[in-house]
Amino acid sequence: MSATIIRNGRVIDPANKRDEIADLLIVDGKITPLSQLSTLNPQPDEIDASNLIVCPGLIDMHVHLREPGFGHKETIDSGARAAAAGGFTTIVCMPNTSPVADNPSTIAWIRNRAAGACVNVLPTGAISKGLAGEELAPIGSLAQAGVVAITDDGHCVQNHELMRRAVEYARMVGVPVLDECRDYNLVGSGVVNEGYWSTLLGLPGWPAVGEEVIVMRNILLAELCDHQVHCLHLTTAGSVRLLREARGRGVKISGEVCPHHIALTDEAIQSFDTNYKMNPPLRAQVDVDALLEGIADGTLSVLASDHAPHADFEKEVEFDTAPFGIIGLETELSLFLHLLVHKHRKIDIVRLIEMYTVEPAKLLKLDAGTLSVGASADVTLLDLDLEWTVRADEFQSASRNSPFDGRKLKGRAVRTIVGGKTVWRL
Amino acid sequence: MDAEAIRRALQRIAHEIIEGNPQLSKVVLAGIPSRGVEIAQRIAAFIHRIENIDIETGVIDVAMHRDDVGTRPELPVVRASKLPLPLEERTVIIVDDVLYTGRTVRAAMDAINSFGRPARIQLAALVDRGHRELPIRPDYVGKNLPTSAAEKVRVRIGSAKEPDGVWVERT
Amino acid sequence: MKQRWNRKDLLGLRELSAEEITFILETADAFKEVGTREIKKVPALRGKTLVNFFVEPSTRTRTSFELAAVRLSADVINISASASSLAKGETLKDTARNLEALHADILVLRHSSAGAPQFLAQRLQASVINAGDGAHEHPTQALLDLYTIREKRGTIAGLHVAIIGDILFSRVARSNIFGLVKLGARVTLVGPSTLVPREFEKLGVEVSYKIDNVLPNADVVNLLRIQHERQRKEYFPGIGEYTRFFGLTKERAKLLKPDCLIMHPGPINRGVEIDSEVADGLQSVILDQVTNGLAVRMAVLYLCGGIAT
Repeated sequence: MSATIIRNGRVIDPANKRDEIADLLIVDGKITPLSQLSTLNPQPDEIDASNLIVCPGLIDMHVHLREPGFGHKETIDSGARAAAAGGFTTIVCMPNTSPVADNPSTIAWIRNRAAGACVNVLPTGAISKGLAGEELAPIGSLAQAGVVAITDDGHCVQNHELMRRAVEYARMVGVPVLDECRDYNLVGSGVVNEGYWSTLLGLPGWPAVGEEVIVMRNILLAELCDHQVHCLHLTTAGSVRLLREARGRGVKISGEVCPHHIALTDEAIQSFDTNYKMNPPLRAQVDVDALLEGIADGTLSVLASDHAPHADFEKEVEFDTAPFGIIGLETELSLFLHLLVHKHRKIDIVRLIEMYTVEPAKLLKLDAGTLSVGASADVTLLDLDLEWTVRADEFQSASRNSPFDGRKLKGRAVRTIVGGKTVWRL
Repeated sequence: MDAEAIRRALQRIAHEIIEGNPQLSKVVLAGIPSRGVEIAQRIAAFIHRIENIDIETGVIDVAMHRDDVGTRPELPVVRASKLPLPLEERTVIIVDDVLYTGRTVRAAMDAINSFGRPARIQLAALVDRGHRELPIRPDYVGKNLPTSAAEKVRVRIGSAKEPDGVWVERT
Repeated sequence: MKQRWNRKDLLGLRELSAEEITFILETADAFKEVGTREIKKVPALRGKTLVNFFVEPSTRTRTSFELAAVRLSADVINISASASSLAKGETLKDTARNLEALHADILVLRHSSAGAPQFLAQRLQASVINAGDGAHEHPTQALLDLYTIREKRGTIAGLHVAIIGDILFSRVARSNIFGLVKLGARVTLVGPSTLVPREFEKLGVEVSYKIDNVLPNADVVNLLRIQHERQRKEYFPGIGEYTRFFGLTKERAKLLKPDCLIMHPGPINRGVEIDSEVADGLQSVILDQVTNGLAVRMAVLYLCGGIAT
């Protein structure tokens, strides 16, 4: 028997509407009633959580772990360590690997590797074979193999008919559909937000409408098929407006926000630093403001990183040939705490935890994201007021492509516990 | 030197140029910017007064002919040169305020050569302070001013506000 | 005297002050005079090595830089994309570092990616001169345009300059906009709405889709090349329709003020953006631009390459 008690923390468990100073008991990897404390022999290990927040282990439902195929950028193991260092106990990895996760054996390979990782790693499967957007992947078999969602992330199904059938089929199978919203024709070779800065710098523009057209498509298909479609990393004011209207009517549509899209605007690209190049791109201030409002009013319900590791030699090239994406697992929680809770005061800490636990758990039907008795003891300890400076060279991730190196932030995870075991502490 | 001493020195140089150049009409006074240009014009004015001949003046920029570009903390400002052409069969007299190492004069001779091949090149300086680093000697000198390398020779000429003068500063 | 130039690189006109631009133009005056000499060569950059690194084809810009370097007595090496290792998969950074290991002092870079000169300037000791990067900037072209306007009209402030054509994909347009606005000109962009988006108004210029309204008020018209290679059918319906709406035809040229300058960065598509007779007419200063390009590039190489590092 192993037992741990976390003492005197502010326990926030949005699933149970709980927010109080209390002790949390973990026995054999499960959350256990405090009443059993007296029966324990020997007494449990103690963790002092005074002035800390004790919350369900956080879930990042949008990361790229690069395995199989691109182990020089990240491995499932290194990505999991980065997740632990960021306060995450569960991460959901995207299928754009090599081979593509569009078949049960690749899913089995990922799950096999994930079993040895320090956090829970849950795979997604592709919507279309080879992410090519032409034929459906074996969605039912993927679900049986254990995917928690289907998505062509990194790509976007352009054929609306194929997408419609995917959503219909996914409903039968019982997995949600996650979509990167990008119309290939409208976006073209765009690398940065189409607007003032793209005009000034002569960089190919990636227009907001290139995202919004697909958001609209997804709303219509979610409504038509009466099934959950989740729009990954939304960035524009128009997307927020469309989503707000649709959710108001009860459409099964949801949207997520990444920290860089509210921490930065496209003004940053004037340095031509490729760590400001991501897909979708950094947008204008009006879009950032709309995203903040969308978070505040619940239109945008999920926070995630779109953790996208790339090696230095891949990123250190001309701007328009550099790969899209930045890493985020080790900075996202702090950025959101800093920006949403401290700076802009758009949501409180309880809602932030909810967006990182209850919301993704509900969306993906995960048995996670709560401190209910009997739940797996995935727990994150946060120091809401800890001031620190991001040091990319100290990251657990195998890659360093972060635009936030050197940034001063307030608030971070200080201990990450998975199944009752501390997997990381500051 | 005060303004009067400068005036007398330039007048004497004018006389010497007249004596040394029987064919005055073939002489060009080429000033090195910026003070050399002003001095050349004053000498030309004296010659006009003495001989009633208008001799030609020009500007010879040395910045782009220097041999120390890339080693100086400050890049010399280049100006356009302006010489009456062709130079063949003419005598070009380089005019500068202070003759020191001779490197500026060397650069000026290179610059003149890029315009053509004058019959001869001569050198006039208001002040010769010594310390030559090249085998160059002036043909016309306003004043020999022995100095140490640690000193600076300052020349003010043609200022709208203050009188002309030459003085030595210790650095 | 305060140093008027302290940059090792020329990346674009956006980062320069009006004073710095004017200083380059004044320096170019001096170098223009060198072109009138019997021996058109000065030793200013003797012993320096200049690499013309053209990762995108160009004949006239490369030739102009080469001649400018030769007239400054620098040694010149030309490397083009097809000959370079980039085709073999070497990165831009590695190629440039190899050039620097050979002690190149000045790197003149033409590249299809916006920001490539910035990328190299941050990583190299050598001076980096932008000879055109994607649709971003082409500073020496804009400087020679400014030089030509100033030479012909005595000033730039207060003039009305119309830039006509494919603005969206034009680095020449962007550098001209930055330079002209800084020096006090009024700028109107003219072209199809797909190639002249309204977003440009935020750069301090006007946008017009009616060329006949603009021509009578212009002091300078700068016609940009309609790029066949970039001409995509979704941007405008075709060359014929372009010429009908935006070409400087003989008839349209009659709308111009008699002293209006006609400029073109070349190479010209005769009969497309400009009629042949207009290109060769009295108002055309297209060949002066080429001559002045040499002086401007000598000035830029002298200022950037001559600075102590």
